[in-house]
This record gives sequence, structure tokens and C-alpha cells, in this order.
Amino acid sequence: MNHSSAEFLVLRSKTKTMRWRRPAFSESSFRKILSIAGVFVLLLLVAIFFSLVIASFPSLRNFGIRFLFSSTWDPVRSEFGAFPFLLGTLATSLLALVISVIFSIPISIFLGEYSAQGTTATFIKSMIELLAGVPSVIYGLCGLFLLAPLVRILEMKLGVAPYGVGIFTASLVLSIMIIPYSASIGREVISLVPSDLKEAALSLGATRFEVVRKVILPYAGSGIVAGILLSLGRALGETMAVTMVIGNSNSIPKGIFSPANSLASVIANEFTEATGSLYLASLIELGLVLFIVTTIINVIGKLIVRRMGVEG
Amino acid sequence: MESTVLKIENFSAFFGENQVLKEVSLSIPQNRITAIMGPSGCGKTTLIRCINRMHELIPDARVSGKIFLDQEDIYATDPIIVRRQIGMVFQKPNPFPMMSIYDNVIAGYNLNGIRLAKDEKDRIVEESLRKAALWEEVKEALYRRGTFLSGGQQQRLCIARALAMGPAVLLLDEPTSALDPKATSHIEELIVQLKDTVSIILVTHNMAQAARVSDFAAFVYLGELVEFGPSGSMFTAPKDKRTEAYLTGKFG
Amino acid sequence: MKEPLIRRRILYDKLFKIIIVLLTFCSILPMFFILFFITSKGISAINWRFLTQLPKPVGEIGGGISNAIIGTIMLIGIATAFSLPVGILAGIFLSENKKGKLASLTKLCVETLQGIPSIVIGIIAYIWLVVSMGSFSALSGGLALGLMMLPVIITATEQTLILIPGSLKEASLALGVSYPRTILKVILPAGISGIVTGILLSIARVAGETAPLLFTAFGSPFMNLNVLKPINSLPLMIFNYATSPYPEWHTLAWGASFILIILVLGLNLFTKIVTKRWKVQF
Repeated sequence: MNHSSAEFLVLRSKTKTMRWRRPAFSESSFRKILSIAGVFVLLLLVAIFFSLVIASFPSLRNFGIRFLFSSTWDPVRSEFGAFPFLLGTLATSLLALVISVIFSIPISIFLGEYSAQGTTATFIKSMIELLAGVPSVIYGLCGLFLLAPLVRILEMKLGVAPYGVGIFTASLVLSIMIIPYSASIGREVISLVPSDLKEAALSLGATRFEVVRKVILPYAGSGIVAGILLSLGRALGETMAVTMVIGNSNSIPKGIFSPANSLASVIANEFTEATGSLYLASLIELGLVLFIVTTIINVIGKLIVRRMGVEG
Repeated sequence: MESTVLKIENFSAFFGENQVLKEVSLSIPQNRITAIMGPSGCGKTTLIRCINRMHELIPDARVSGKIFLDQEDIYATDPIIVRRQIGMVFQKPNPFPMMSIYDNVIAGYNLNGIRLAKDEKDRIVEESLRKAALWEEVKEALYRRGTFLSGGQQQRLCIARALAMGPAVLLLDEPTSALDPKATSHIEELIVQLKDTVSIILVTHNMAQAARVSDFAAFVYLGELVEFGPSGSMFTAPKDKRTEAYLTGKFG
Repeated sequence: MKEPLIRRRILYDKLFKIIIVLLTFCSILPMFFILFFITSKGISAINWRFLTQLPKPVGEIGGGISNAIIGTIMLIGIATAFSLPVGILAGIFLSENKKGKLASLTKLCVETLQGIPSIVIGIIAYIWLVVSMGSFSALSGGLALGLMMLPVIITATEQTLILIPGSLKEASLALGVSYPRTILKVILPAGISGIVTGILLSIARVAGETAPLLFTAFGSPFMNLNVLKPINSLPLMIFNYATSPYPEWHTLAWGASFILIILVLGLNLFTKIVTKRWKVQF
């Protein structure tokens, strides 16, 4: 016993005097580096905003607020107005939203309430997640070659011009793309509804349908709305799929089957061919509008989700 | 006459405005087991965390007073050096899950970037595991991750890890409260054997354990050191009324 | 025994369930359609030449997507180089400073960054790199993709490290290990599986992105290994070929889509399976 404790005393004096390698950086410089990384992210966002503003300056100065309401988009005469694209973006996004909600709310109810565990649930959840993983350009491809011909047939039956592409087709494709976003948040808020509330209703003789209508949906309502808002934010910014099936027309769309352009699709189509600084600045201003609108909607949606205690 | 390894002088600790330790003065004898007892929240854990300077990691934490390790003021030394000389074993065993048993024991050196020759490392690992009464059980599985070990074995691994640094003082923060009775008694036997190697400060809320194992005992209540003395006399004839009330279970 | 009112309510209940189930299963049909058509239309184009040759001009038979495959890999490499160091450091910052004004502000910025439309990111990379360099380049495309990867990596790192029990940090600090070493050699390795998942998922996200590359990487019919020149990528190629008027190119687009979807969905599935095995028990 004494023998090994003597060894330990030797070890101890050794470690006391041993030249312990100085750490590569001290604690305070390491913490500073971490803070710098945080500040960098902040500055990045600020820089993005200001870059957009500065680069749109020629257009901002030239057109002012008229830009948002003017429907002329004429590169030849250097007259630019955003209104057709605002309309195109809103029309496709809102229509897509309506269509997607028809599916995403049932999915949320199904996965949140009826079938929360088990192989079916996992299967459906994975499928929905995969939908979110498919690249936008592939949605566009399928929309262009598979969906558009079908829409063309529909248009011929309805007696409208059979473009096949247009707001309707774009909305259909978009609706499929945004289902996963509202479905997953909706599912989470629905599964968070306290079971004692549900059980109280059931014990009073309510059917499951009535529990959904009278207990679950009211409770989870704002969360579901938040999920829908977030999928709206996604729809507004979606570019490639929309570009490939919206028909690329810069005039005000006349109806649901008309070709059009969204804010994102006109940028995608014309950016590389834009000649002249005003043209480019106007396109960048469209990007600025897109940035502001999507940011506001996303922030509102996230705030509601945060308040409901769900991590989107 | 006992020699002193750690001298605590008028030591106070604060969380913001809240004073958790009030002018504690205590001399920890060398190569003995000193138990620190008291009801929950009395400051005993804070006290040992001040000894290895872990208390100050909490934002808003403040201390005053002095603590001397072998005549060196530990608050005037780099806390990293202090922690290498005063080891700590925690209530819940916390071996590094991504490392093998071998690497766990030698972690203090590896993580600090100390380069040692392989046979020196082997020697330290074997000695530390032997001292922690774990060598025979793991010597065939040194390079496996420690997750298959039982709670008691994991705790002995943590003790070995702390011992590998050759500390002067070993702080044990309720080391057996998460373990079953069999593992607890193994660790208690181990602690008694270890006092030849290191000076031990044992925080425990288990009075029977303190009575079984310790040579000296300190009773802390509401941040004050109420009484300190040899365990034998303290448990049979406490001098302070509060100590007596605690020992007879009037409050826990 | 059952009054008509109750019978009606039970009927509604049953109908409701049927509608819910029907709509749910309908919504996953598109996935099957997409996979089916891409496979059936794309697989005929896949052969060794397709994968190893450069695209041929219109009218010539054959041609491949080799430059797009290499381009995608290069762009992902550049994007990772941009986003990984900052992403992990910022993630560590957020997990180590849960309270604090800078941390909450940063978190807000990360979430905002994640929601920026990809075409706007493309505009930014254009303004920052294409204008200053005077030409399209793989570098600017990589920057754009890196900006898209950044918030995902930060969030994954933060969420992973937050879950690591504090006892691990304490064990390391109590051994006299300095704070930087504790973070880098104990905490970070403990969270490596979650962080790698985040990286793989962000790669899966950007591998299929086209919009940010339209006016940064721009695309090219040639094989290009120079980061300062334009470069092709799979999604860009699919877009260009699909929107062209030539049916031969449409077939190539389907073939390239087949490759792309295997890559992207494969990464997603791989990530799910592998992280389950890497999870370390605490």
C-alpha cells in the first residue's frame, strides 16, 4: 500500500511541475471567436438586405412606389412595373394554398389523432417528407410533361385557349410541393392537444369527428394557421417549378388558365438577358419585394409556432 | 497532530445577491476522509465546488475569502491548474461515452494535449484502475467503450480517471447516491483504501455512510459551518444543538 | 335502441374518417407518380456513355451529363467549404449562450436566412461575386449554395449540442481541461452524429437547387474544373434541357432527373438510417 502511494506522490509532484501545454487559445479568445461567428450571421442578413436595396436603387429612384402598381413591363422602353408579377405570385400561391389545405389538414388530423404511431403512420410520414425533398426542377419537369398535357385537355373541354401552362397548372404543382410544410406543423400541434381534454369530450359521448371539430381544431387552430402561413411563405418564393409551368407572360393574366409570371419566375427568365442597369435594377427590386414579403410571413408564422411550444 | 492539506479561511460564496456560504473556516486534514454533511441546500455542494473552482463557472457566482492548497492560494492560481490538483467525482457517474475505458482513464492527459509515451500511459491507466479496484474487471476490455459497465463500475471508472491526474485532494459529491447498496458498499471500501493516496472530502446526505467511512466530519447548515471534529466524537456527542438535531433526524 | 340523431352522428363520424383517410392517401400519390415516371422515362437514357460523356450539340446522337455530375460535386464542395466552419462555430455559439441578446438576435437571423427564397440568394451571390469578378463562376454558385446550407448547419449543430447533458462538460472541466478544449474535444465529438446529419441534409437540399445557380454558376456545355469559370450542375442541366424545344434533350432531362432524384432521396434515406446507428447513449 505504501509503495504505490509513494509512486502516486511522485506522479503528483510530476504533474504539478510538468509543463502542461498551453491551450491553443485561451478561454476568452475562444468565446470571442464564437461571438464573432454569431455576429457574422447577423451581419450577413443585414448585408443581404442592404445589397438588395442598393442594387435596386436605380429602379427605386426612377419609379418610386408606382413600381408596385404599374402593369407595364417593357424592357424596350425601359418602363417597368411589378403589378403583373405580384398578381401572378399571389394568384398561384393563394390557389396553391387552398388546394394544399384540402389535403394537409386531413393529413395532420390523420397523423396527429387517428394514426399517430405504427407502420402506416411512419410510412405516410416518410412519404410526405420525401415530397418535401424532391427538387423543384423535377416538379417542374413532371408538371411540364405530365400535368400540362392533362390541363390542356381540360382547357379544350372548357373552351379556353389550350396552353396547358398557366396559373392553374402552376398552382397545382405548387400545391403538391407545399403540402409537407403545413402537414408537419399541423400534425405536431394536433398531437400536442392534451389528452384529458379529448377524453373529457369522449366520455360525454362525443364521436371522434365531434372531438376533432369541437376540441382539437379549436385548440390547435392557431398552430395550424401558422403552418399554413409557413407553407404560404414557401409558395411565394418557389421558383423553378413555377417558372417551368406558368407560361412566361408579362401581361396581366386574364383568368385562371392564362399564362403569367410570378415575381420569382420573371427574375429566373429574364435576369441573364437583362441589358441596361435600369432593367437589372428593376428585376432586383422584384427580388427585394419577394424578400420582404416572404420574411414577414415567415416571421409571423414562426412566432405563432413558437408561442404554441412547437419547434417548427 | 494531523497535517493540513487544505485550509479554508473565512470563505463566502454568492449566487448574485444570495449568500450561500457564510464565512466558513475549515482545515482539511491530509490523508484522511472528511465528510461534509448537512440538509439539502445547506451549501455543502457549493463548498466543494468552490474548492475546485467549478462554482465560478455559473454566471453571477461570486466568492470571497481564501482557500489554500499546500500553502498556495488557489484563487490566485490559474483555475485549470487547481482543477488538475483537486479531482472531483460527481453524483451521477459521467464517463465520456465516446471513449474507451482506457481513454477515459487517461482523458485528463489526452484532452490537455499532454504527450506521454505509450508505456507510461499504460502504467498510469493500470495503476489508476487498480487503485479504483476496477482493474481486474476491465483489464480484458480496456479498449471497449465504457457503456456496458454497471453504475458502480462506471463510478469507479470516474474515480480512476480522477486519480490518474495524481491529485492531492479528491472531492466526492454524493458518489453513491445513484448506486445500489452493493455498489455503494464497494465504493465505500474503496474510499477507505484510497486515503493513503489522496486526501478525501466526501459530501454526503447519508449520515450512516459518513459515520461508517469518515475520520472527520463537518456539519454545514444554512451556509454556516456549525461543527467540525473527529467523526467518532461528533456522531456520539455533538457539541452544537443544531448538529444534534440533524443527527437525530429532526430535520433532513 | 339508437335514436336517429345518434345514428346520424355516427354516420358523420364514419364518413369523416373515410374522407380523412382517403385524402391522406391521395396526397401521397404524387410521390408514386413522380418516381414512376422518372424511372420509366429516365432509365432508357442511362448508360455508361450517358454518365461519362459531355453533352453533344443538338442533332447529334448521344451525349451525356458528365460535366453536370462533376459540376454538382464541385459546387457542393465549395458550398460546404463556405458554410461548414461558420455554421458549426455559430451553432456552438448559440448552444453555449442560450440566454443573451446576441444569441436570440442571431437565432432570429438564422431563421430568417432559412426562409429567403433561393432566387433571391442567387441575386445576392450575383451582386457580391459575379459583378465584382466580371463573370459567372463556380465560386459564386458555391457561395449561393453555401448561403442556403448555412442556416441548416447552424440549427442542426445548435439542436444537437443543446441535448448533450451538462455532466459531460463538467466531467471535462473538473479534470482541468480548458473551455476551448472541452468544447472542441469533448462536446463536439459527442454531437458529431447530429451535426453530420445536418450537413448531409443541407447537401441534399442544395444538390437539387437550380434557381440560385441560374445567374451565378450559369451552366456550361463543357467540363470545367476551374472555380473561376461557369460550371454546369444536374438541376441546371435538367432545366435547360427540359425547357428546350428538342425532344432528344427532353429524354436527357429525364435521365438526369433520374440520377438527381436517386442522389437526393438516397441522401435523405441514408441520413435517416445512419444516424440511428450513430446515436451515442448518454
